[in-house]
Amino acid sequence: MIGWKDIPPGMVILEAGSALKVKTGSWRAAYRPKWIEENCIHCLLCWLYCPDNSVKVKNGKREEFDYDYCKGCGICALECPGKKGKKAIVMEEEVK
Amino acid sequence: MTKIVAVTGNEAVANAFRQIEPDVCAAYPITPQTELMQRFAAFVSNGQVRTEMILVESEHSALSACVGAAAAGGRVATATSSQGLALMWEILFIASGLRLPIVMPVVNRALSAPINIHCDHSDAMGARDSGWIQLWSENAQEAYDNTIQAFRIAEDMNIRLPVMVCYDGFIISHSIERIEYLEDEIVKNFVGEYKPLYPLLDVENPKSYGPLILTDLYHEVRKAHSEVYKRVPKVVLEVAKEFEKISGRKYELFENYRLDDAEIGIVILNSAAGTTKDVIDEYRERGVKVGLLKPRLYRPFPYEEVANALKNLKAVCVLDRADAFGGSFGPLYLDIAASLCNFSQKPILINRIYGLGGRDFMPEHAAEVIEELKDIAQTGKIIKLKEYIGVRE
Repeated sequence: MIGWKDIPPGMVILEAGSALKVKTGSWRAAYRPKWIEENCIHCLLCWLYCPDNSVKVKNGKREEFDYDYCKGCGICALECPGKKGKKAIVMEEEVK
Repeated sequence: MTKIVAVTGNEAVANAFRQIEPDVCAAYPITPQTELMQRFAAFVSNGQVRTEMILVESEHSALSACVGAAAAGGRVATATSSQGLALMWEILFIASGLRLPIVMPVVNRALSAPINIHCDHSDAMGARDSGWIQLWSENAQEAYDNTIQAFRIAEDMNIRLPVMVCYDGFIISHSIERIEYLEDEIVKNFVGEYKPLYPLLDVENPKSYGPLILTDLYHEVRKAHSEVYKRVPKVVLEVAKEFEKISGRKYELFENYRLDDAEIGIVILNSAAGTTKDVIDEYRERGVKVGLLKPRLYRPFPYEEVANALKNLKAVCVLDRADAFGGSFGPLYLDIAASLCNFSQKPILINRIYGLGGRDFMPEHAAEVIEELKDIAQTGKIIKLKEYIGVRE
């Protein structure tokens, strides 16, 4: 932890992308999202809605969650249209 | 060549803005500031300056736009009064916390309720602890001079803080006075080219303004912030010295008027200091050793220097043009009392509230105070510690 003498003027952060250092996944309390691949149509609504870039995408296809940054807010599960009435994201109890 | 003109205080400050030509000016009209921005908007419309003038929907938006423009890397100015300053409240702390060197004339006016458009100091006094540097101005010349110096002070790389330039609504803002304008080129050279610190528009070097800082660091951030203010008086004096070279006018942290050999004294801000100085001259002719201290740099308050100037007096009256309801004393009195409290030798202090909502401060009011101070110096007895003067029973 830095002392007051090392505080930059106006607390402006000069390092780009430093938010990566704060693993907000530790804030996740009761629930975590679970991806069910067979129900996924790769619409990427979860990627669009995720406030923390916790949905990883490669070549236009959805991949596994990045739990280091997922706060467990559940927006992805709510928005997920799924396939034939079956959700591709469900919230399940956090295993500590 | 110095140009001597007869203009209002607002016109003088608008002319300083024209000479300085800020990059961005976001403002909203409010009496008695309106004339300032109306005149500056005319300079913009007439193509005399290239300032980006943003007409917003409220003062909250005005200062928010200024914060954005200053963080983007521009030289930024606005102006306000009274309710407008009150509406800027939360953004005042953001501008100072982010160390953005915005310059804002505050044309002092009373606060509602009851609604009143005339001069008192409640508006700027309410914002005195918001982290803005405050320069107070007795007349239009001082308002013009302080505005020019404010940009240099705000933009000093050791400071980078917003500055308010306070002058009295209507009494100064709308009265026509003799003003000495500096030449445009001299003012431009004095303020110099703007050097941004951490501009957001420097996209090659991305940065974040206004992060969330919680219990683990906020205390340290505030300590670091409070240290910045210790550097302000020195910069204010350096800028004043340079300004004297181009103008011939001398500025300090406060004006010491016939105080050095005085036994009794008055502390008073802005235009009423002019009236009081005239009355002091009359009393001096009669052999009464009375002087005056007029704060200029009110925030950060130069406690030590002020205390040294007052500690040897026998009695001092602090005149406040704002009451601090429930705080017992006027804000200026509290600062003067705090500056003297640890000295063993100090004057007896009294507090008088005058001129609220534009009530005239007349020479007889200053005389009344001097008479009372004479009695206190002689008897050592205070009849009333705090009282309103010029009030109907």
